[in-house]
This record gives sequence, C-alpha cells and structure tokens, in this order.
Amino acid sequence: MRRLFPAALGAALLLCAGGAWAQEDAPDAPHQDWSFAGVLGTFDPGSLQRGFQVYNEVCSNCHSMNQLHYRDLAGIGFDTAEIAAIAAQKQVQDGPNDQGQMFMRAGKSSDGFVAPFANAQAAAAANGGAAPPDLSVIVKARGKGLEYLWGMGGPDYVYGVLNGFQDKPPAGFNLPQGKYYNEYFSGHAISMPPPLADGTVQFQDGTKSTLPQEAHDVVTFLTWAAEPKMEDRKRTGAKVIIFLLAMTGVLYGAKRKVWKDVH
Amino acid sequence: MAGTPSTVRTNNKLVRWIDRRLPLFSFAQDAMIDYPEPRNLNYWWNFGSLAGLMLVIMIVTGVFLAMQYTPDSNLAFNSVERVMRDVNYGWLLRYIHMNGASFFFIVVYIHIFRGMYYGSYKEPRELLWMLGVVILLLMMATAFFGYVLPWGQMSFWGATVITNLFSVIPVVGKTVLTWLLGGYAVGGPTLARFFSLHYLLPFVIVGVVGLHLIALRQHGSNNPLGIAVKGPQDELPFHPYYTIKDLFGLGVFLIIYALFVFEMPNVLGDAANYIPANPLQTPPEIVPEWYLLPFYAILRSVPDILFIPSKLAGAICLAGSILILFLLPWLDTSRVRSAYFRPIYKWVFWLIVIDVFALGTVGAHRPEGWYIVIGRIATLYYFFHFLILLPFIGWFERPLPLPESISAAVTRKNGVPVGAAPAEPR
Repeated sequence: MRRLFPAALGAALLLCAGGAWAQEDAPDAPHQDWSFAGVLGTFDPGSLQRGFQVYNEVCSNCHSMNQLHYRDLAGIGFDTAEIAAIAAQKQVQDGPNDQGQMFMRAGKSSDGFVAPFANAQAAAAANGGAAPPDLSVIVKARGKGLEYLWGMGGPDYVYGVLNGFQDKPPAGFNLPQGKYYNEYFSGHAISMPPPLADGTVQFQDGTKSTLPQEAHDVVTFLTWAAEPKMEDRKRTGAKVIIFLLAMTGVLYGAKRKVWKDVH
Repeated sequence: MAGTPSTVRTNNKLVRWIDRRLPLFSFAQDAMIDYPEPRNLNYWWNFGSLAGLMLVIMIVTGVFLAMQYTPDSNLAFNSVERVMRDVNYGWLLRYIHMNGASFFFIVVYIHIFRGMYYGSYKEPRELLWMLGVVILLLMMATAFFGYVLPWGQMSFWGATVITNLFSVIPVVGKTVLTWLLGGYAVGGPTLARFFSLHYLLPFVIVGVVGLHLIALRQHGSNNPLGIAVKGPQDELPFHPYYTIKDLFGLGVFLIIYALFVFEMPNVLGDAANYIPANPLQTPPEIVPEWYLLPFYAILRSVPDILFIPSKLAGAICLAGSILILFLLPWLDTSRVRSAYFRPIYKWVFWLIVIDVFALGTVGAHRPEGWYIVIGRIATLYYFFHFLILLPFIGWFERPLPLPESISAAVTRKNGVPVGAAPAEPR
C-alpha cells in the first residue's frame, strides 16, 4: 500500500491538472469517426484525394497552404504524371530571367502550393479585413480538450466549423455586419461565409458530395497536410514500443537474477 | 563514500599502456564499476541517471535540429515545419526534443521531490543540493529560450510576458528589458539571441552537472533510511547491481517516453504554437509550458501588497519560490534525514506535493473565481511550508528510532532481518 500511495496520488493529481486544458467559449464539436485516429490509425486514401479536390476547388480560393509542395501529393497516392498535371494548372511567378524580368509560367511539381493572395494584407483587404488563415497546420493549431490527448480534437473542430453554420443566429444574438453565425467557432461570429454545401464539388470517384462528406474528406486531407509523416510515426512507434517492452522484460529478468543473492 | 581509487583490471596491453599515461579506464572502473553505493537504494534513486540521460538526448537531438533551424523571425516557423516534412526523420528528432523537454522536467522534479522526502539535502550534502537548484534554474532558462524558437503564437507571447517581468526592476527595469530583447519589443533580435543562449546553456548545465557529480562522490548517495554508510556490508558495487537496476528503470521510462513521442506528441504542448507568431494579435490565453505552471500561478496570485504593486510582488515571489530551495538545508532543522523516521514531516511532504499540483492547475486556468482564491492559498502555503513549517517541525517532532545500520535494517534471510532472533514456532 505504501508504495501504491504516491502513484495513486500522482495519477489523481494529473487528472485534475489535465482538466486544465479543457476551456471553451463555444461548445466542443461532436466527436467524429476518423480512420486516422488511434494508435495504428491510417488515412483513407480515397478520402484524402477527395479532400484535396475540395481544397483545390474551394478552399484554395481564399486559403493558402504555404508548407506544402505539389510533390508532397505523392503522399496521398497521386503519381508523378498526375502531380505534374495538377501543378501545371497553376500559374507561378518565376524569375528574374536574363533580362531581369519576373515572368509567369506553369507550375511544376517542385513548386509550393500557389497562394491565392500576394500577401497577408492583400488577403485581408479582399476578405473584409480578416485574412483567411493558412491551412497547412490548421488541424494541429485547433486541437483542444482531452480529445487532444490522442492528437485529436483539431479534426473534430474543423469539421464542426464546416458543418456548424446556421442561417439565422439564435434570438438575442447580435451578429455583426458581414459575419456569419457558426455554432462551434469561438464567439460564434465568423468572417468566413459557409464554404461548402451539398454538391459544391463533383467528386471524380463518384462519391455523393453531401456537405458532411465534403467536410469529412477535406478534414482528412488537412489532417494529413498538418503532418504528412503521421502514418510513418505511428508505424515506427508500434515497432519501437514492442521492442522496448521486450527489452525491458529481459532487463527485469536480469535485474531479478543479479539481485537474488542480495535481498 | 569514495575509497581508494581502483585501477583497471585487464591484461590488454594497449589498455594498460594508455591507462598508465591517461587513466581513463581506471576512472571508468572507479566511477561506474567499483563505485560503492548504499545497498538499499529504491527506484526513486533511478531518476538521477535518467536526468543525465535526458540531458544527453536533448543535446544530441538539439545539435541536429540546429543544423536545420533558422533563427530569423520570418523563417523560423517555416524552418521548423520543414524539419517535420522534408528532413529525413526530422519529425522524430523534433518530437523527441520537444517531448524530451517535458520528460526532462518530469524526471528532474521527481528527483527533487525524492531529495526532499529522504532529506538528501542535509549535512554534508548541502552544496550537492544547491548545485542541483542551479541546474534547475539553468534548465528553466534553457526550456524558456527553446520554447520561443518555433516562433509560434505562444512562443512570441510567452516571451513577451516573461521578459516583461524584468521591467519591474526599479529604476533600471526598462533599460534592462530593452537590453535583453535587443529592441523595445520581442522581435527578430530577441529570437537570434535566444537561439544563441539556447545552444549555450545546455553546455553550462553539463558543467554544473559535473560539479554536482563531484559533490555527490564526496559523500556518496543518500539512501531511503537516511543513515550514513558504516562499512562495506552496507554497500554494493555500482556494477552489476545498479547498472542493471538503472537499465531496467531506463526501459520502463523509455516506454512511457516513446508513447508520447510516437502516439501523442503534441499533448504536452500548446496548440496555439502551431499558429505563426503574430505581434498584432494577442491569443485569448497566454500559458507557459506545463512544467512552469506552478511558478506562473505564484506570479499571478500575488495581489498588491501595501505600496508594492502586484506585478513586482508577483515577480519577487516567483523568484523567491525557487531561490528558497537554496536555503532548504538550513530551513529544515530536523537532524533526521529520511521522512521514513519523521512521523509528522512524512505527511507534510505530501501536502507540499499536493500544493505544487494545485498551483500547476491554477496556472493553467484563467485567474477568475475560485482559481484566484486557490492560487492565493496555495502560494501562501508554499512559503508557509518552507519558512514556518519546516523549521518548527524539526524542533517539535519526535523522530522514530533510527536503525543501527543499513545492513541491519535491510538484509533479510527468509523475511527475517539478519541478526534478529528467529521467531519461535508455535
């Protein structure tokens, strides 16, 4: 018992301190089933590519993803030719050339994702004063609550915001001009108009493009984009931990043996 | 207790040739093989070597991360993301380093509380303890500088809040602050100097750890009974007994560490640090990393005291809460080391543990409602514990009788202490 006491106390104290991070001024978005959750979770390849399509056709009109390059799309199952085709649809500023001029050319797979605005000021000016945030690590940047314990929370939140628009704010809520009411956004008044609706994109793989489906897919894509090495990390982790368990077991046996004659 | 230094036992001619000129092998033999330790050390004594290992892990991963990192306020955030995405196993290096900071503090805090429970700071180990407090201070500075480097929102605003503490220094405060920041606000020059210091301080820590170990070897480790080693029967050689015990403990530790690195690497950090620093937008809450929360709570809990504004009073209490540890060997007046034999202190110890956790919880919440009340009570109790309780308990407490020697207390044959009369069969 005497030995258990410190451990039990520590665990109890950790739990009450752990509640510390669960703070809110909007309700937590409901938990969704994500294929990438959990110790061995992996990304659903179909969902990733559909999610990229949603980003590419909708989100990218306002939101940059500065940390990503077109070549990274190999990580969601596009082959070299497909990636080159996707990049070639974009116009990239390059230069200076021999004459010292900047010039535009078609994108290459080594280019970074082309941003919709030249700079943050231009983005803010075009969006009523609020620059749309870069989406590269948005899922990690919005994690909160105990769900965050498993690297989650962020996906639920982004999904919640995409689905959380309401045409009319609740009675008594004073919605400022040019803002939209969103159930899960902190403060409820968000500058982003509802970006997705049923049928906003036509999925190339024939999946029915309902709002929840689009949101689910784009969040899957954004979660991958926030940490493209996640599957790698979890796979490596499983091996490392199995090895450590075995090693520690052997060490425990050795320790018992060495100390046998002393106790 | 350091005996006569051992010489390396080997027939290898090359080893003997070197050792006669540069006694590295003899030193290793003396320090890691023959080195006598009390025979009754429990698993709480594993945390010293674990702390040493964490220091090595942090330096090694840190050196490699520094090869990819750019200390420029426009590039820092992106360079960290580049490590996560394009550097081979960069994500692993960064997550080991990032979570390593937390685990370094977990290990060191347990190490400190262990010293407090078993009275390891008492005569003749006062300087050993004080060097430990120096290491803690250096670690806090290093961790703070390191947290600024990714240049996220919490990096920037944390740096702003903490450096602002220096502005409370009377008269020269503002000048000192400008000098520290390299400007009138946290910015590019601040980041560059924090990176430089973040790279420097770990090596200073290595130096102080060296002194810590020299001081340790002078009188050897304390032990759970807190009584001095009386002879070889009370000791065991470091190898194989404590090498294997440390290795087993290391295995358990690495499993927990790996769970965080691979399965929940961002749990101990703040999500807001994945938002690039924006000097124009204050985040809704500015919280330091979890390991500084108790001290942050003390800083925020102190109200205006007479003519001293709460900001200055809070900063004084914050500094005092750590500096008071330097005086611990003299504040604790009991001559008995181990709480095992101190019926009152044994409980008071757990109260200060709970108090520190309470402070940590308060530090993580907005200072409103009950959190203000709890924060003030816990802050008062923290100082009450060290300044009033410890000296008085030492005077009034009647310790239990101490065992004759370590070996008499712990060596058992068939569950009966050696030398005790066997129980009469009924």
